[in-house]
Order: sequence, then C-alpha cells, then structure tokens
Amino acid sequence: MNKIFETPLYGYERSPDQDSPTPVRHKVIVIGAGPVGLAAAIDLAQQGVDVVVLDENDKVSFGSRAICFSQRTLEIADRLGCGRRLVDKGVLWDRGKVFFDDRQVYDFNLQPDEGYANPAFINLQQYHFENYFVERVRELQAEGAPIEIRGRNKVEAIGTHEDHVRLEVETPEGPYTIEADWLIACDGATSPARRMLGIDFEGRIFEDNFLIADVIMDADFPSERWFWFDPPFNRGQSALLHKQPDNVWRIDLQLGWDIDKEREKRPENVIPRLKAMLGDDVEFQLEWVSIYTFQCRRMESFRKGRVLFAGDSAHQVSPFGARGANSGLQDTDNLCWKLKLVLDGKAPETLLDSYNAERVYGADENILNSSRSTDFITPKSEMSRILRDAVLDLSEHYDFARPLVNSGRLSQPCTYDGSSLNSADALNGPAGTRPGSACPDAPLGDEFLLPKLAGKFTLLTIDADAPDTLEEDGIEVTRLALSVKDDMTLALKRRYLGDATSAVYLIRPDQHVAARRDSYEENTFRHAIRRACGKE
Amino acid sequence: MSDLILTPNIKNADDFYAELLAAHEGLEKADSDALNARLVLVLANHIGDSTVLTDALRAAALTDS
Ligand SMILES: Cc1cc2nc3c(=O)[nH]c(=O)nc-3n(C[C@H](O)[C@H](O)[C@H](O)COP(=O)(O)OP(=O)(O)OC[C@H]3O[C@@H](n4cnc5c(N)ncnc54)[C@H](O)[C@@H]3O)c2cc1C
Repeated sequence: MNKIFETPLYGYERSPDQDSPTPVRHKVIVIGAGPVGLAAAIDLAQQGVDVVVLDENDKVSFGSRAICFSQRTLEIADRLGCGRRLVDKGVLWDRGKVFFDDRQVYDFNLQPDEGYANPAFINLQQYHFENYFVERVRELQAEGAPIEIRGRNKVEAIGTHEDHVRLEVETPEGPYTIEADWLIACDGATSPARRMLGIDFEGRIFEDNFLIADVIMDADFPSERWFWFDPPFNRGQSALLHKQPDNVWRIDLQLGWDIDKEREKRPENVIPRLKAMLGDDVEFQLEWVSIYTFQCRRMESFRKGRVLFAGDSAHQVSPFGARGANSGLQDTDNLCWKLKLVLDGKAPETLLDSYNAERVYGADENILNSSRSTDFITPKSEMSRILRDAVLDLSEHYDFARPLVNSGRLSQPCTYDGSSLNSADALNGPAGTRPGSACPDAPLGDEFLLPKLAGKFTLLTIDADAPDTLEEDGIEVTRLALSVKDDMTLALKRRYLGDATSAVYLIRPDQHVAARRDSYEENTFRHAIRRACGKE
Repeated sequence: MSDLILTPNIKNADDFYAELLAAHEGLEKADSDALNARLVLVLANHIGDSTVLTDALRAAALTDS
C-alpha cells in the first residue's frame, strides 16, 4: 500500500476549545475533510471566515476512489490556490476508445476546442487531491488565516437552534461541545449528520456491483479512457481501464447484482479476472481493491435551517460521469460566497435557499445523466439490450451512432437555468454564456480570463463602457474592461459576443453569469446585483 | 401533430415492403430483432427533428385515436 494512506495528515491535537468552561462558538464548522469539506473550508478561510473542519479520521481517503477531475473542478481549485498542483501531478488525457465484444468500435477526442488554461480532464488519485488541499490549508494557516482541521474529532450529536448549531464531539481524550453559527455537513455518502437530523435520503437506486481495482504496472497502454461493452473477458458486463499518475491504472469491472462481495474481493478471485483482461504476460501489483454498489439519489433539500449539506452527503451518483467529487466542488463553489455575504449581513439569509435550488438542479442533472449511462451500460430489458447493441454495432460503421453510445457523460459545469438569481437575458449572444452559465475561460495574451473573475462580483465589459466600480447596497462590483482585440485567437469573441458587437456581463463570485446586456445601463445592472444576492 | 407524415408517402409501397421482408429473410429471430433496431436508429437519425420523432413514437404506440 502507498504510504500516503497510512500517514496521519492531520493528527489529533488538543484544542483549547476542549478546555473551555462554556462551548466556544465559531462562525462555520465543516464536518468532513474529504475533497468537498476541504474545498469549503479553504474557500471560506480565503474570505477571512473563521472555519473549523472536524474529521473522525486523520488521513486522506483510503484507496483512490475518485480519479477523474474536470476542467471546472480545476478552475475552482485555481481560485482556491491549488489548481496548479493538481495539473502538474495529474495525467492529462482527452482521448478514449470504445470496445464492443472483441473489437474496437471507435475512438474519440474530448476537447477539439482550444483556449482554456486547464485541460478538459485530468486523472489523479483522490488521495493526492486531498493531500494538495491539506497542503493549501497549511499554507493559509501559515499566512494567519482562521482555518483549522481537527483530526480524530468525531461528531456524535447535532443540536439545531434558531441562530446556531451545537455539536457533541468525541476525541481520543474524551468528548467536548462546540458551537457554530453555520454548519456545513460534508460527511460523505453515509452522512451521520443526515441521520442525526432525521432526514430521509430517497431517490432512484440502481443496484449493480463493480469491482474497482487500482493496479501498479509498467504497461504501455496509452493514457486514454478505454471502455468495453460486453468484452470476452467479462461477458455480459462492462469494463474500464484508465491511467493515473505513478504507473497506477484504474480498472472497473462490472460484476452484476447477484454476487458474493466478500468472495469476489479476495485476491485469488480478483487476479484471474485482471489477467483475463490485461493478458497473461503483463506483470502487475494490486494497490487497492474494492467492490462498490452505486446508487443515484439526493436529499430533498440541501438546507435545513443552519445546516447545509454538500457533496456526497447531499447527493450520490454512479461514477461513470465522474460527477461525484466534481459536483461536490460545484456545491461549495456555489455556497461559500453566499454564506460569506450572509455572515457579513450583506445579503438576507434566504440567499442560502438559492444554494439549495441551484445545486438541487445540478444534482438532478447529474442523476439524470448518470441514470441514463447506467441504463445504457446495464440494459434493463431484452429490448433495451437489443437497442444498445444496435447502437454499438452501428457506431463501428457510422459517425451518427457515436453520440448515442453512453459509457458515462463526463461532468460538465451546471448552467443554472431558471435560477431566481439570474436576470433576463438581454444580449443576443452565445448560449454558452447565458445567465446561469459558468463562465468559460478564454486566453488574454499570456494570461487567461478566469483568474480575473475570481471571488468577487465583476462587471465584465467587452468593447463597452461602464463605471470602474459600482456599489449597490453593500455589494461592491469592479469592472474588468476588455476588448475583442485582447484575444487574437477570438475565443473571447466566440464565447462572449457571438454575433453581438459589445457586451456587459455581471459575473458572480463563483464565476457564473448573473446578467448580460449589449451595453451598460445603470438601473438594469443595479437590479441585477440585488437579484443576484437574493434581494429581489 | 407536427410534420410527421401519416398519409401515404412511399411511392412504390409494395416494392418497399418486399424489400423490407427480403432484408429479414433467412435471419434468426435475434438477428432480425437486431436488424430492426439498427433500422429504427438509422431512420431516426435521418429524421433528426425531435418533435417528429416524439410524434412518431406516439403514432407507433397506437394509443392516440
Ligand atoms: C470507485 C469510485 C470512483 C469514483 N470516481 C470519481 C471520479 O472519477 N470523479 C469524481 O468526481 N468522483 C468520483 N467518485 C466519487 C468521489 O469519491 C466522492 O464524490 C467524493 O469523495 C465525495 O467527497 P465528500 O467530501 O463529499 O465525501 P467523502 O470523501 O466521503 O468525505 C467524508 C468525510 O467525512 C468524514 N466523516 C464522516 N462522518 C463523520 C463524523 N461523524 N464526524 C467527523 N467526520 C466524519 C469522513 O472521515 C470523511 O473524511 C468515485 C467514487 C468511487 C467510490
């Protein structure tokens, strides 16, 4: 086993809170130091919010779990100060192959379009991802930011009150009580917080078992995503092979529903399966093996008073679209600026209901995509198998059938169509930047657009006039003045103007478009700012 | 209904029908089912228009009067 699993990253240390005669009140407590909890804490700490992360464990994720991180996640990680590290370590890939039965039916390239600072996807073990995020926490601490991770602090009970929450926490040195104005529950799929608050977790459940193996081998397979439907080495089922850093390869083998999990997990049963897939002559070592049963479901509401749910605690999907951690990061990206405004008294508490509305919308989109992939990968009836096989057979011969092949629709940033924070679209511009969209990146000479839009409200003007700053009821907005000439590749024009000759965009701190128009008009944009903060 | 054509539109109806039967001749049931499935997909792609496709699915279900 890799040493990184075994080394405590945030070992238990006694906190002065444990010796306080009355419970200490923090601004925000986050339960869980998984990818989502860490992202939430870093985001808040960067905005100067006092935040404490409690985790019952003291190490990174055991085994690699998530491996595929999307461009949007990397953009969010850039804003959190850790994007570079992820990309430097990760395996870049944009190609894939699809196999059916004993043959390759086609190959694909994910990102023919250029002009983004970050790649379409990287593969990286979840433990590396978490490790870099913890590194970032340490940096922030060194800079004096109000952020703490407390390892081996297990939340045992949650009391909810009108204006705060109260937690009972178990530690190796006994229990203590701690309070917070707001609680973010990022405590994973089995979320004890959900249970403690007596909240149901319903939804469609897809029952199938997958053997997930990370193997270390010196193989010369390219760094592409290879997906098999009904291969000879796993008849009637699917298989996936994908490269991770450090010569680690992810293998997923679908096993079907009716299996003995404990038996299938034993090396003497796993190794022959892998040999059948990789060939007898390939030398490999098992890093990590597990059997998963995936489900698609979400909580009815991600907010309960002062408790906000984010990541796997709020929603789960099957892993074929890499939509787990990637959507969890979109949750905290959406939540943290809103929470900051509410904490500062600059926005009403109801702004947090838009977190629920927008991210429930995102979760439903993920569940829909993931359910459809599951239906394609695991046909539920004879006719659905016949149609599935027909699509695959046709895809070998004709381009038209390839978009119908569904081995996972990889995570894309969610567009919050219909959100109450959006203003009506007033630009005859590209659909990809309509209100609700996550801003696509664009090159600006040696630099890129997105870092200039991070963490604050921005008025992006392209060949249009507007004041350099604007304040509306405590919300400060700064202008970023650009011209189509700033990007000789014309990606900026393509993505933000389309047929229009000028544009003014109001962009939220999470880089989503709140409003757009062909020119500046004070009254319209003041309304748009109020709307984007839940004040209208 | 949209632009879905439900009035006679195939010029030599008997020829087409014979061709369809001939395509299935000698095939096992499984291969015939697969051929039909491929044919539906090829035709659907040719049509493309999603309202026509939706209407075609509804028409084929014979649930509308
Ligand atoms: C095989 C597999 C492949 C996957 N592939 C991908 C992929 O390619 N891309 C992707 O985006 N996602 C993928 N996922 C999903 C991804 O792993 C999860 O979505 C992600 O880990 C969720 O992060 P989280 O922070 O919400 O929860 P977790 O990572 O589960 O973290 C929860 C944390 O809460 C802590 N905790 C729990 N209870 C308590 C308590 N009472 N007190 C204190 N702490 C507590 C736990 O110790 C843990 O650290 C995959 C998952 C699996 C299993």
